[in-house]
Parts: sequence; structure tokens; C-alpha cells
Amino acid sequence: MLRDYLRRPLGVVAGAFLLLVVLAVIGAPLIAPYDQLKMDLGHALSLPTRAHPFGTDRLGRDVLSRLLWGGRVSLGGLAEALSVAFAIGVVLGLVSGYVGRLVDNVISRSTEVLMATPGIVVLLMVYGISNNNSHWGMVALGVLCSPSVTRVTRTAARAVREEVFIASAEVLGMARPLIILRHVLPNVCGPIIVNTAVLGAVILGIQGGLNYINLGVNPPAASWGGMVSDAQRVLSQQPWLMVPSGATLTLTIMALMLVADGLRDAAASNRSRPPRSRAPALRPAVDAGATPAEPRAALSVRGLSVAIGGLEVVRNVAFDVGDAQTLGIVGESGCGKTVTASAVLGQLGAGFVTEGEVMFGGVDLNHAGSKARAATRGTGIAYVSQDPMVALDPCFTVMSQLGELVGRHDRLRGAMRRERVLELLRQVGLPDPADTAARFPHQLSGGMAQRVSIACALAGRPRVLIADEPTTALDVTIQGEILDLLRLLQKETGMAVVLITHDLGVVADLCDRVAVMYAGEIVELGEVGGIFERPAHPYTRALLASNPIASRRGAPLPVIAGTVPSPADWPVGCHFAARCPYRIAACNERPVPLETMVEAALHQVRCIRAGDLEAVTGGEVTA
Amino acid sequence: MTLLRSLAARIAGSLLLLVVVPAITFFVQGIAPANVAKGVLGLDATDQMIADFNHRLGLDQPIVLRYLHWLGRAVTGDLGASYTNGQAVQLILAPRLGVSLSLIIGALLVFTIVGIVIGVLSATQGRLVGRLLDVVSTVGIAVPNFWLAVILVVAFAVAIPIFPATGYVFFSDSPPLFFLSLVLPVVALAFAGITAVAKQTRDQMLLAIQSPWARTLRANGAAESSIIYKHALRNAAAPVITVIGTIFVGSLSGSVVVENIFVLPGLGSQSLASALQADLPVVQGIAVYFTIIVVVVNVLIDIATTILNPRVREP
Repeated sequence: MLRDYLRRPLGVVAGAFLLLVVLAVIGAPLIAPYDQLKMDLGHALSLPTRAHPFGTDRLGRDVLSRLLWGGRVSLGGLAEALSVAFAIGVVLGLVSGYVGRLVDNVISRSTEVLMATPGIVVLLMVYGISNNNSHWGMVALGVLCSPSVTRVTRTAARAVREEVFIASAEVLGMARPLIILRHVLPNVCGPIIVNTAVLGAVILGIQGGLNYINLGVNPPAASWGGMVSDAQRVLSQQPWLMVPSGATLTLTIMALMLVADGLRDAAASNRSRPPRSRAPALRPAVDAGATPAEPRAALSVRGLSVAIGGLEVVRNVAFDVGDAQTLGIVGESGCGKTVTASAVLGQLGAGFVTEGEVMFGGVDLNHAGSKARAATRGTGIAYVSQDPMVALDPCFTVMSQLGELVGRHDRLRGAMRRERVLELLRQVGLPDPADTAARFPHQLSGGMAQRVSIACALAGRPRVLIADEPTTALDVTIQGEILDLLRLLQKETGMAVVLITHDLGVVADLCDRVAVMYAGEIVELGEVGGIFERPAHPYTRALLASNPIASRRGAPLPVIAGTVPSPADWPVGCHFAARCPYRIAACNERPVPLETMVEAALHQVRCIRAGDLEAVTGGEVTA
Repeated sequence: MTLLRSLAARIAGSLLLLVVVPAITFFVQGIAPANVAKGVLGLDATDQMIADFNHRLGLDQPIVLRYLHWLGRAVTGDLGASYTNGQAVQLILAPRLGVSLSLIIGALLVFTIVGIVIGVLSATQGRLVGRLLDVVSTVGIAVPNFWLAVILVVAFAVAIPIFPATGYVFFSDSPPLFFLSLVLPVVALAFAGITAVAKQTRDQMLLAIQSPWARTLRANGAAESSIIYKHALRNAAAPVITVIGTIFVGSLSGSVVVENIFVLPGLGSQSLASALQADLPVVQGIAVYFTIIVVVVNVLIDIATTILNPRVREP
């Protein structure tokens, strides 16, 4: 985390500034050029000079020396308040987060009350009874600020509690306080450190305000807030005096916040480090099997590559899907299926670079303007997402959301719009369209929500429907219903469907053609029947073999050893080589092109051994 | 029904504050009773004078008894009498409430409206505005409001005399001057809140714009303007309102400082004067007033967020 932090210039500058301020304030007795109270009325209200680098105040006292000494009051108070806030917050947070239940409830409620308390009245009361004692005030401020520490610690402790090593410690009979001290505390330190910096900034601001209105200070002793108040008194004679005290406070507070930002970012990047950028690997110029875009296809994709931060995540994908046809894109998680779909939809976020052609209705959408792209959305190409429970806006009813799309596509209003919405809901097989239309998304079951989602996609009568794992998030029984619905709708409307899935059963059930993706590339493409019977790529064979439907009863289910390499680790040669039982030295030498199998014109495979393997294994499915 | 029940529970929680906050401020008084007498009578008061003072005001009684006694009278609207001049607390505070409310509510309106507008702009106008907001918000939160207030006075009351430097004009005396006298204090008090509201609005809007449902709506043909101004704004509303509530509680503390800078005759300036004189009944009374303001705002926010959340509204 420290190394990540040091890579952030703003954070480093802010940290260095803070360190400098703290050291200077600690060293005030040694480095302050004058006594903070030494008056020199002959040189009052002077601008910065060699003798007084920050000038002098109305009594001729040196401003730099007062800043340094005043810092002892301000930063000392900050330390007091922070210590109190942390002592209370960390203990309560750990207990609350770790012990849970009743204790947690009591502590959480008290924390809420304290957070809603207008703290200033408590502070005023404390200053009132303590004859304006700065220490008491800072202790009270610490107590008032403790809820934020309690919350952060509690959240972190709760997260840690779920971890496996805590459970094992409990099973081993370790005492609870010991578990908290040994295991929980070190793991919640990160969030607490970030919180320290944020809270430091807040406390310094509040304390400055209190000192400014003479609470917790004993003039003539200096404090940063008090110096602003001093400066204000002689504002018309010497406005400069506002600068040193105000700037010191502002810069210190800002530095604390920047340090907090830096720490937070460093901690975040520690968890999800961005992939190392590498020189782009050697790329095949054109696949041997590459053909120009198919004009008769509903959707024709050629040479589609997607990169983020110079790193390719999808490489040279090409496929066609004809009207009333279904193309399955299949592969394990992390193979680039969803990125491919998003690229076709033009929905990749900033930072992604998409190359290649996405031909739809004679227009290359990838190179067309955003207007042409927008014109196809819903009416040309529509989309059904993976998890129906988050695919609908939680704040609006089905009628409202579906009605909005109907209004856009069909320019219908009022009763006509309503009628069309109900018709769409009927079309996706919802038994009581009026009832469903009146519901909010959280009032729908997963299956109903997915039907509504499909209705949203149908609203524009699209020519192509892209469905990204439309059944993955659903119960098994519902999965079949949704697939039946898709099949039915395709028959009714004649739309082309691109179905993304990791389930070969779904492909066999629904698709005409299938594209098998592995590590960003299509490794095999062809008719479903042909590929299922005679898979040519070892990855396709392995996928088929590991499908429970295909495996022999009683025999252990074969699995593909190893994992999909991340884009940063793609080899130069065949991406699957590391996991392939048939690999030979040549597999790793150069990129493997996608080649058309001789016997079937529409069957393409990306494997240099496809020909030999056919002979070796006779096309039999083995893992 | 569940809507009402959940609202009732939250309102009951807020009302609890009305008992708890005065209790906290009251029990703080019990920590150092000797200091109170010294604060009122002066540091050179003799032991006998202190004992007489404490006995006369009942300060020699146990704190719990004193609290119950105070609470019993407070529910009838009697908040006790000032230690320094014997005046009834509610008579000292009542005329000041309006002054503080005009400042606090003014600031609430300013940081809410300006903050949301800036937040929406930075969520929709691309990275540059967003980055600018990040910088401005870091500075905005870091600049102490009291320092900013002084600078505002220098700039807009002294150098360019548009607004009065200090003082308060009652609305009944002159509506235009009332607004003029409030501009600088309201800006000083609202400044940090603007940036906080803007940041929350921006973050929540971006979260919504990038959410799966926004992707689906967009892919199926919904207009981008509808996704931003109808769907994302509506989804951002509840979390933004929650933050507004937190900032509002903080702005009460800020009002004490701001009222003192601009010499506004509100609760804040009175509370400082009374605290420095150890006139605890007055400070206690202000605690009650502030708590009532917080409770009212909390209840309004609870109602708003409950209505905005369809999960609670229509389970």
C-alpha cells in the first residue's frame, strides 16, 4: 500500500507538507525566531521582511513565531480530539462489528443519536462549565466525532468477521478478545487510517472556528483560528495578516484530505491492480478464413478487437448472424463474450478502443456517428442483460419504463401507449399484463423480471436481439421457460438472436450456429450440429466433455485443468496451449489463424493440429 | 400500512433526540459544578459565595433530580432563568429564533440547489468539469468558513460595497434589506455544503448512469437525456437528501461562528456569549431549540426518503 501511495505525486506532496508542518510545530522552541509574545510596537503591522518572513501583527509580534507556537495549540488539540475519537470509536466499532446482535444494536443506535446531535451546543456547554478550557473542549469534540470512527471500524470488522481465518480461529477455541486483537484489529487498520486523515481535516476546521470565536484559547497565546480573529481586527490597516493564518489552516486541512484520498486510492488499487500493460503481441494480419462482411446477414462482424489501456481483451472476432437465425457465443467466464457483445452494442465505457466492423443494415456501426448508432438502438439491435433483477430501474413501474420505450419507438401516447405495453407483456407470456405493468421491479420474481426485460427489448421490434446470459441468474425451471419464450418470439418475429452463454446445453437447445470463444478469440465457429458431433478444437472438445449432459453416468465429471489466462498473460501462440493435452512445440511459436476446415465450408477452427487430431482421435470427444 | 409504520418508527427515533440531547447537555453540567459558579461570579469568588450561589440555584442537588426538575418544567415550555440576569430563557431566545432560522434555512436552500445543479453538470458535462469540481471541492471543504466569511466581507462589503458588512434587518422592517443582509452570511455558511452536495449528486448520478438498468434502457432505445434527467436523477435523489440532512446538522455548528462574524442577533451569537459567562440555562435552552430544528428536518428527510424509495412505499 505504501508503494502504491508513493506513486501518487499529489499525495506525496501533501504528505511531505504535513510532515513539514508537524516537525516545524514540534520544533517551535528551537526554530521560532522570536518569542510568540514578544511585542515590538515600533514594527507593528509590517509586511514580510527579512527579519519577519511573514510580517508582524498589530502588537509587532512575529507572525511566523506565532504560527509555529499557535500550531502547538492547534495540532496539539487535534491530537487530543483524534485520540479520544479513536479510543472510543475503535473499541465500540470492533465490539459492535465483531460481537454483533444486541450489543451491535445498542451501539449503532447510540451512534446514530450522537451523529444527529447538534454538537456545537454540547461543546458550548463544556466550554461553559470548564471556564473555556481548551483540553476539555477537545475531549468533547473527540467524543462528538467518534461516531464516524465507530462506523468505519464496525463496517471493516464485520467484513473481516466473515473471513475464513476468523471462523477457524473460533473453531480452534481462541478467546474472543484475543481474536479481535490478533486478527480483526490488524485487518481493519486500513480503513481506520484513511478515516484518521479525513477526521483530522474535519476537526481542524471545527477547532479553527472555535478558536476564532475565542473558545478554547487563552490570549495572548496564539492559535491558528485565533490569529485569523486577530487579523480581522486590523483588516483595514493590514489585510496581509489574513493570509498566513488562513493559508496555514487551509493548506493543512487540504493536505490531510489529499493524503486521505491518496491512501484510499492506494488501498483500492491494491485490491484491484490494473493489468500490466505489455507491448502488443504479434498479430496475424488477416485470418486465412477471413471474408468480407456478409451483406445478406442481419448482423455481420469483422475483425472486431477491443483494447483497454493498450491491452487487448478481444482479438479479431468475426461472425455473421442471419435473419431468424440464432448464433450462440460460448466459452468460460473471462473469455471476452460480454465485452464482444458490449462492443457490438457500442456500450463500452470510456477507455475502451474498438476496432473492426460491425455491419448492420449496410452501415458500419463502429465507424458511424453516435446518431446512426442511436437510431439502431432498440429498433435495429436490442439487448437483454444477464441479471433481470438489476436490469430495470428500481424507481419506476414496469408501465412507466416500458411505456417510455414504446413512446420512443412508436410515438404513442395515452391509452394507445398503454395498450401497446400490455400487448408486449402478453407477448412475453405474462399471464396478467395489467397487474405486472403496475408493479415496481422489486415486486417481480426473477422469471417475471426477465420476461419484462425481454418485452423492453421487443418494444422497438428489433431485427437483432443480443441476449447476454439471459438465463444464468434464474432458477433451473425458469431457465427452460425463458429459452422456450425466446424460441417462440424468434419464430413469431423472425429476428436474429445472438445468445451469449457458458452453457452448451442452451446452445444445443436454441442455436443454429455457435462461436466458441477462448481468451479473447473465436477458436471455433460453425453449425451447432457439426461442431457437437465433430468438435475440431481441443477447447471445444474439452467443453463438451466437461458438460454433465455428455458425460458417462458413474464416471467422474472431467474438468479442464487450469484457468483462462488474463489478457495480460496471453501467450504469443495458441491461447489454449497451456491447458491443451495435444499441444506440440509449434503451438507456442506464432499466432494461430482461424482456418476453414476443408470438408465443411462454414466450419472454421483456430488450431494448427485440427487436421491431425481428426485422424488421431477420430473426432471422439475426450478431455 | 407498512409505509406508515416504517415512517412512524423513524419519526419516533427522531423524537427520541428531544429527550436525549438535552440530557447529554444537562449531564455535562454535572461534571464540574464549582466552575459554573466561578464562571458566573468571577474567578475570585470566595467559597462561601460559591456555596450560596449553588444553594440559591439548587446546584447543590443531585444532577438527576435537577434534570427531572428541569424536564418537568421544560415540557410546559418553561426553560428556566438565566444565571446572569434572571430573565426567562424562552423570552431571551424566542426573538432570536427567527434570525437563526432565516440564516440556516437560507443556507440549506443555497447548498441544496446550487450543489445539485453543479453535481448534475459535472456528471453530464464530461471529465473536465468533473475534475474541476474535484479540485474546487477539495479547496471548498478545506477553506474554513470563518476565514471565507471575512474574505467575503472584504470583497463584497468593503472593496465593492454591495452588501452590508455586518448586522441584520428584520423582514418586517424592510424585505429588500433583509435579503441583502443575509447574502454574505448565507454564502459563508453554505459554501462547504455546496461542494459536499455536488460531490454526492455527481457520484450517485454516475453510479446510476453506469448501472445495468441504464445500460439496458440505453441499448433498447431510451433517450440519453431521459436516462440522465429522469432515471438517474430520480435514483440519486434519496442518497443526496440523506447527505443534505447530515450537512444541515453540521451547518448549525457553523451558524454559531457565522452569526458572530456578521453580528446577527440569533441563537448562535447568544449561545457564545452565554457559554463564555457560564450561563448554562441559556445554553441549555439553545440546545433544546437546535434539537427541535434537527428533529423537524430529520422528520422531513425521513418522509422524503421513504416516499422516494418504492421498496418501502410499495413492498
